[in-house]
Amino acid sequence: MPESSEHTITREQVAHLADLSRIDLSDAELDDLAPQLSVILESIASIQGVAGDDVPPTSHAMPLTNVYRDDVVRPGLTAEEALSGAPEVEQQRFKVPRILGDEQ
Amino acid sequence: MSYDDAMAQFDPAFGLEVHVELNTATKMFCGCPTEFGAEPNTQTCPTCLGLPGSMPVVNAKAVESAIRIGLALNCEIAPWCRFARKNYFYPDMPKNFQTSQYDEPIAFEGYMDVEVEGETHRIGIERAHMEEDTGKSLHVGGSAGRIHGADYSLVDYNRAGIPLIEIVTKPVLGTGARAPEVARAYVGQLRDLLLGLGVSDVRMEQGSLRCDVNLSLTEQDSASLGTRTETKNVNSLRSVERAARYEVMRQAAVLVGGGSIRQETRHWHEDTGVTTSGREKSDADDYRYFPEPDLVPMAPSREWVEELRSSLPEPPHERRARLQAEWGFSDLEMRDTVGAGALGLVEETVAAGTAPAAARKWWLGELARRANESETDLGSLGVTPADVARVQALVDEGTLNDKLARQVLDGLVAGEGSPDEIVGARGLAIVSDDGALGAAVDHAIAENPEVADKIRDGKVAAAGALIGAVMKEMRGQADAGRVRELILERLR
Repeated sequence: MPESSEHTITREQVAHLADLSRIDLSDAELDDLAPQLSVILESIASIQGVAGDDVPPTSHAMPLTNVYRDDVVRPGLTAEEALSGAPEVEQQRFKVPRILGDEQ
Repeated sequence: MSYDDAMAQFDPAFGLEVHVELNTATKMFCGCPTEFGAEPNTQTCPTCLGLPGSMPVVNAKAVESAIRIGLALNCEIAPWCRFARKNYFYPDMPKNFQTSQYDEPIAFEGYMDVEVEGETHRIGIERAHMEEDTGKSLHVGGSAGRIHGADYSLVDYNRAGIPLIEIVTKPVLGTGARAPEVARAYVGQLRDLLLGLGVSDVRMEQGSLRCDVNLSLTEQDSASLGTRTETKNVNSLRSVERAARYEVMRQAAVLVGGGSIRQETRHWHEDTGVTTSGREKSDADDYRYFPEPDLVPMAPSREWVEELRSSLPEPPHERRARLQAEWGFSDLEMRDTVGAGALGLVEETVAAGTAPAAARKWWLGELARRANESETDLGSLGVTPADVARVQALVDEGTLNDKLARQVLDGLVAGEGSPDEIVGARGLAIVSDDGALGAAVDHAIAENPEVADKIRDGKVAAAGALIGAVMKEMRGQADAGRVRELILERLR
């Protein structure tokens, strides 16, 4: 186990993230993953230590901006094509299990 | 607890989040069409279905509309900003995230001046950001299509990916008991502004403008804001005012009873006029926002922004002043027109050839009454400015009188077709044919010999009683002027 620091991710945090990501982790997996993720965070922290304040965080590898498309309709899928991968279809709609929680 | 009692102890603060669907031809990130009311799942492609390997590309027109909205709301336009992924698991987004903007909105720090009863309230605009709409879920089983207790859901992705602009106000303080009215007026004037910009259909009944109302109460003399609730599903102007008013009274009752307000999402129920508890507001952290890697940053050039600024339509307050002068309305008439949300409707009716006073009379009189009765907005009645202009033209040319015109409005509200179709189908035109009128006049004279004698003796004013009798017999459809002439011809 790495020593506790601001770059450590706790077992509880991993469990919460797993829950948000709908990943069912066993107790053993949580025990295993929390220290591993902490090692990754430590590594990233050491890179951040090298980058000065003048280096902005990078989100895109290529220095491109303003890539747009004209507002012109292009052919898409038919309903049959769109629904062809759906496990279940009803009333030309995707049938999904009962939803817990709320719409956004 | 009554509204007045609540106001005696508390001061409301509110904030509004308005989602506007843009009227672009295509979606935000793909070339699928955006038409309302299409058959389910007929307007999709691999990108808006979130299929593996698909890549989004931003719709230039949507960015332009977002900037124009920002400028019209007196906002700063970001020189550089990105999209972000808002991660959540819910089948209304097949990608399991919504592409939105997080801490880098395209427009921020603006305001809109809202007039209520002659007083101007400056509503601060926190931000206007771009995002995409979600799919539409149909909940099956359980009670009345509600999500709770549903057995399963059916999802249509036609709406998924339609460009949305979310406009968020700063907390609005100091409007006191007027808070619900100011909230409604803000949404109404925002709708007019968006309509003027031509960026959205802004049809609340079709969901192209949707509103969430945040509201909290502060004890009188307290410096800190109370805990707020966020009420969703508020989808008419009238509901904005009603929902805010309801939350004031509900929260006041909880606080006075010694309870505390939970920070939560609540749902507005149009039919019963109450809000009910939804989920506890989740932490923004739980959405794990991060910059969208598949879309490069946007950096609108200052030249483009200035070009868009210079082509903005006239600001709303200038437009109001100009229209008032053109129409010759008094301050009160103008205020009533704006307050009823009828400014644009009257303007379009006048543009269709109707005298301003007549246009105002129909929209603020008969039509406002019908909207009120059916608990809807003037714009949602199903009556267009062109319809009203046609009805007035029929009155002007003598085909209809006011009473018949009102029946045509009934027909319009009931969806019976155009004014001319309704006149034909309901047989509403005024009868001025001497044959039909003459028979009714003879009948009225025969039935009322004393009245007829008075007229023969020169008391012309008595003719009113006979005209009334003829009108009654002809179900209000007689040409009153011609009836009078026929009566006098016969009796003098």
